[in-house]
Amino acid sequence: MEKKLVVSSSPHLRAPETIQSIMFDVLTALFPAALAGVLLFGYSALITILLATFTAMLTEALVLRTRNIIGDGSAAVTGLLLALTLPPAPPWWLVVFGSVVAILIGKHVFGGLGSNLFNPALVGRAVLTVSWAGHMTAWAAPLDGVSAATPLAGGSASMLEMFTGTIPGSIGETSAAALLLGALWLFYKGLISWHIPVSYIATVFVMGAIQAGAGFAGPAEMLSQGLFHVLAGGLLLAAFFMATDMVTSPVTREGQVIFGAGIGIITMAIRFYGGYPEGVTFAILLMNGATPLIDNLTVPTKFGEVKA
Amino acid sequence: MAKTFKGGVHPGHFKSATAGKPIADANPPARVAVLMQQHIGAPCEPLVEVGDAVKVGQKVGDSQAFVSVPAHSSVSGKVVELRDYPHPVGRPARAVVIESDGQDTWHESVKANPPLEELSGDDIKKIIREAGIAGMGGATFPTHVKLSPPPEKPIDTVIINGSECEPFLTADHRLMLERPEAVVFGLKALMKVLGVEKGYIGVEDNKPDCVEALKKAAEGEPVEVKSFHTKYPQGAEKQLIYAFNGREVPSGGLPMDVGTVVQNAGTAVAIADAVRKGVPLLERIVTVTGPGVEAPANLRVKIGTMVSEVIAQCGGLKENARKVILGGPMMGLAQNTTEMPVIKGTSGILVLTDKEVHIHEIQPCIRCGRCVEVCPVSIMPLVIGSATEKGYPDKAEAYHAVDCIECGCCSYICPAKRPLTQWIRLSKGEILAKAKKK
Ligand code: SF4
Ligand code: SF4
Repeated sequence: MEKKLVVSSSPHLRAPETIQSIMFDVLTALFPAALAGVLLFGYSALITILLATFTAMLTEALVLRTRNIIGDGSAAVTGLLLALTLPPAPPWWLVVFGSVVAILIGKHVFGGLGSNLFNPALVGRAVLTVSWAGHMTAWAAPLDGVSAATPLAGGSASMLEMFTGTIPGSIGETSAAALLLGALWLFYKGLISWHIPVSYIATVFVMGAIQAGAGFAGPAEMLSQGLFHVLAGGLLLAAFFMATDMVTSPVTREGQVIFGAGIGIITMAIRFYGGYPEGVTFAILLMNGATPLIDNLTVPTKFGEVKA
Repeated sequence: MAKTFKGGVHPGHFKSATAGKPIADANPPARVAVLMQQHIGAPCEPLVEVGDAVKVGQKVGDSQAFVSVPAHSSVSGKVVELRDYPHPVGRPARAVVIESDGQDTWHESVKANPPLEELSGDDIKKIIREAGIAGMGGATFPTHVKLSPPPEKPIDTVIINGSECEPFLTADHRLMLERPEAVVFGLKALMKVLGVEKGYIGVEDNKPDCVEALKKAAEGEPVEVKSFHTKYPQGAEKQLIYAFNGREVPSGGLPMDVGTVVQNAGTAVAIADAVRKGVPLLERIVTVTGPGVEAPANLRVKIGTMVSEVIAQCGGLKENARKVILGGPMMGLAQNTTEMPVIKGTSGILVLTDKEVHIHEIQPCIRCGRCVEVCPVSIMPLVIGSATEKGYPDKAEAYHAVDCIECGCCSYICPAKRPLTQWIRLSKGEILAKAKKK
C-alpha cells in the first residue's frame, strides 16, 4: 500500500481545460464561418478549407516527427484560419504553399507552439498576398461565382448583405452573422475577453466615422461609414479570431486594449493611405511584433506595491 | 455584492462528503509522537526523558526563543522513545514518543483561569504562549508573536478567519457550527490583548449555517460576522484583509503593518479553551476525506496520533488510493508515508485515487494569460515559471517571485499544465536563501 503513493507538488487539483480542448473550441467557433463560406462560394471553398487544414496538420506532424496528426489541434486551427482568409477558388498549390509557410515559417522557425511571435495563419496569408497578389484578389460574387470587386475595393454592398455575407470576399470573412455566432461561443467558453475585439472594432468604427466627418458628412453618414469599415473585409474575422490569438497577443488586460487599438489604427491607416485596400493582415502582424514590448510596459502592479 | 479580492479561482467545493458530519472523537491512540517542531520558528527541546511518566497537558518540549511555542503531551503514560519522525511539512524531526496508559490523567498545570475580565492583556498572551498555540489554519505561526506588535504599529482590527477556502476541508466549518460561542470568546480574548474595541469574523458565503450560528453567538458582543464571496484563496491572510477593509499589506510586510491581526477560527477555539479552562493545545479537528477514503469524517484527533491510524478509523484507504495529502488540495503536501504524526497544523487528510491523480505532460506556454488573471498577488506566473524552467534566476527575481503566496491558482488554471507554482516556489526559495547569505 505504502509504496504506490504518488508525491507531487501542490496544487493537487487542476482545471479541466487543456490546450487541446481550447483548440477544439476554437475550431468549433470557426465552424459557422466555414459553413457560411461553403454555402456562399460552393465546392471550391470546401476543397480549399480541407486542403489548407490538412496540409497544416501534416506539415506540423512532419516537423514534430509524430504520427499523431491531430496533435494538440493547433495546426488545424492555423490551417483553417488561413483557408478562411483566402479567396473562394485559389489554385491548389497556392493553398498548400500558404499552409506550409504558415506552419514552417510562421510557427516552427520560432520554436513551435507558444514561441511564435507572429500569427502563423497571417504569416502564410501575408506571404501569399505579397507573392501572388493577382490570385489573392480574385474575388467572385457569392452564389453565382461571377468575378466581382469587394466592398473595400469599390464594389457596392448594402449593410444587410455585409451582415449575411452575400458579398464578394474571402471564404470565411464575408458573413458577419456567422462570425458573430462563433465569437459568442468563444466568449461563452471564456477563450476570448472583450478587450481585444472591442478596442479594435471601436477604434476602426471611430476612425471610419471621423474620416467621413472630415469629409463634411452628416452624423448618419458618419455612422454608416464607421459601420462599413467594421463589416468590410476581414475585420470581424480578424478581430475575433486572429487578433485574439493567445500566443501572439499581450497577456495582460491593459496590454490587450493597447494592442487592439493599435491594430485598429494601423488597419485604418492602410485602408486610407496604403497600397492595399485591406489592411487587417499587416496591422495584426505589426502589432504581433510589438507584443513583447507591450507586455513589458503593462506588467501588473503587484499586490502590496503601493501605499506602504 | 459579497466582498472579495482580485484574482482567484473556483476549483469546486468537494465539501459535501463531510460538511454535514458532526465532529466525532477519534479513537484514543495507544501511543503518540509529539513532534518538537510543529510551528514556524525555533524547534523545542524535549523536557522529558525516556522512562518519564507524563500526564495530559504536561509540557514535553519548549524553547527559549521568542518565535516558538511549547508542545504538550496529549495522553498520560510513559515516554518510551525520543526519535526522529517523518514530518508533515518538512524534514524528519525529533519527536517525544509517549505510550498511553489509557487513563488520560490531567497534569496539575491544567487549571481554569480567572474570568476574562480579571485577566490583563499580558496574562492572556502568556496563557496563549504557554498553551502552545500556533496558527491552526496550516501556517502554524506562533500566535503570541502575532499578538506582540511593536508600539509603532497599533492594531485596530482583529479578524477571525473562517473562510476555509480550501476545497474538501470542513474542519473549521464544523467547529464554527458546533462551537460558535468559543470562536466568539477566543476573538474577545484576542481583542483584549490588542486593545481593540471591535472584532470581526469572516466566513465564505458557502457556509450560511456558520454565519447564522456565529451571528447568534455574537449577539450583544462587539463582534461582527461578515460573509465573503466564495473564491479560492479567500482565506489567504492578505487577501482576506484586502477584502475586509481594502488595506493592502505591503509586499514583504505583515498584516500588523496595516493595523490588522488575523487568526484562524480553529485557533480562536484553542485560545478559548486555553483561557477559560487552562487546557493547552492537545487536539485538533481533522477532516479526513477524499474519494480514496472509505468513510470520510471530521475527527477530533489528539496531536501526535499517526495519520495511518486516523485513516484506518475512517475505513482505511481504498484499493485505488494513490495520493495522501496533509492539508487541502490546493496547498497541502502530498506524503510518501502515512506513518507520521498529526501536528497542530494538520487541517485535513485528503486521499485521492487513480481517477484524480494525473501525471500531466508539461506543454509549452500558449500565453493565454489565465495565470496572470488569477494570481491574487498580481505577478506574472508565466514569466517566472519559464525563467525558472530555463534557469534565469535574475529574471524570476525581477518579476517578484518572492511575493508569491504559493496559493496554487496559476498551476490550477494553466491549460498547458505547467507546474507554475512549483517552479515559482523553487525560485522563491533560492532568492530567499541568497538574500539570507548576503
Ligand atoms: S496559464 Fe499556462 S499557458 Fe496560460 S499564460 Fe500562464 S503559463 Fe502560459
Ligand atoms: S504566482 Fe504564486 S501567488 Fe500567484 S497564483 Fe501562482 S502560486 Fe498563487
